[in-house]
Amino acid sequence: MLTMFRWIVWRDLTLAWRRRADVLSTLFFFVIVVSLFPLGIGPESQLLRSIAPGVVWVAALLASMLSLSRVFENDYHDGTLEQMLLTPQPLFLVVLGKVLAQWLVSEVPLALIAPLLGVQFDLEPHTLWILFISLLIGTPILSLIGSIGAALTLGLRGGGVLIAVLILPLYVPVLIFGAGAVDASITGGNIQANIYLLAAFFLLALVFSPWATSAALRISLE
Amino acid sequence: MLEVTNLDCIRGERKIFGDINLSLKPGTFLQVQGANGSGKTSLLRILCGLLAPARGEVRWQGANIRSLGEDFFTAVTYIGHRSAVKDELTALENHRINNGLAGVELTKEAATEHLGEMGLAGRENLPARLLSEGQRRRLALSRLLSSSTRLWLLDEVLTSLDRAAVTLITSVIEAHLKSGGMAVVATHQELNLAAGSFERLQLTL
Repeated sequence: MLTMFRWIVWRDLTLAWRRRADVLSTLFFFVIVVSLFPLGIGPESQLLRSIAPGVVWVAALLASMLSLSRVFENDYHDGTLEQMLLTPQPLFLVVLGKVLAQWLVSEVPLALIAPLLGVQFDLEPHTLWILFISLLIGTPILSLIGSIGAALTLGLRGGGVLIAVLILPLYVPVLIFGAGAVDASITGGNIQANIYLLAAFFLLALVFSPWATSAALRISLE
Repeated sequence: MLEVTNLDCIRGERKIFGDINLSLKPGTFLQVQGANGSGKTSLLRILCGLLAPARGEVRWQGANIRSLGEDFFTAVTYIGHRSAVKDELTALENHRINNGLAGVELTKEAATEHLGEMGLAGRENLPARLLSEGQRRRLALSRLLSSSTRLWLLDEVLTSLDRAAVTLITSVIEAHLKSGGMAVVATHQELNLAAGSFERLQLTL
């Protein structure tokens, strides 16, 4: 059972490595969007510090939308997805494998580079650390929920925009508690509560979204 | 044994075919023929469970395939006309991954041997985008060499294959039928099989 899971993750990581440009463009998008704010607002450190959590988190949501529209698209066009639906293993394992690979390739780099970008907003080291942690817990939720949208819009023209309309509203709780945790570390609020809520959302998404994505894939391929 | 009763297929608003009844015993080869758009691909996709029929049911060893789920997939190999070959991966990687997805773990040596048998020797480490259309087809079909499933559903397998490859595939299918397997093949070309019992299904527009 785990062999197939391993094959899928290994395959997606190899493919991502061979198509590095796709991955890097998402990362650059994130870096540029976050960097535009300090440039546009100017050196008012008080203001920058208070908008930093929201800006970084919103940019992370948008960047993850960009990479999500590609999760199933290529496999759909060349027929691999059909074969994945016909594997003798439960489909949610396939979905989990693909989501894990997508997270490792497109979301982990965002979390890693975010503290560096946070320096532009004059954030304290402690806050940068919380930013990293909140992104590390929050981004898998984005991948999991986003995969439902990617599966639903498979093969549709203009699917990218449709995914955004479908999925961004569902990202709202992640945004609130993710940015909330970072904000709390600036203003001295309760960081733990926000992080725990994020973790709870992660578990919820982990249980329900592979199942929903599997159902959506079956419908999309009919 | 595969049984099909009163199968209807509706795509969009149009009824593609209706009232198909079939019964496939071990060792049977079924050739599906019909004009373009007569529903050959739809029929094969219904048989492997990718598509839900509008009416009727497909039964495998007496049980409806839609209730069997993954248990049915252990018995089926479906090769569609989209070949599931990734351009960025090498021939060897493609072959091993396609097998991995089907639940068959292949060593590098075994995979290399299969590719050699399919006439792809020396091209194992080429990215698939450098292969010709016929070679990609051969690569997709090399899965049949390691397949231990009972039921093969092959959609337009022979397109863009040369004569040598057609002979090769024919012999692979013959061996499959001899060992009690079944094959449903949608094709316009005639296959001259020396083994198994031959049946034909003509779909009309």
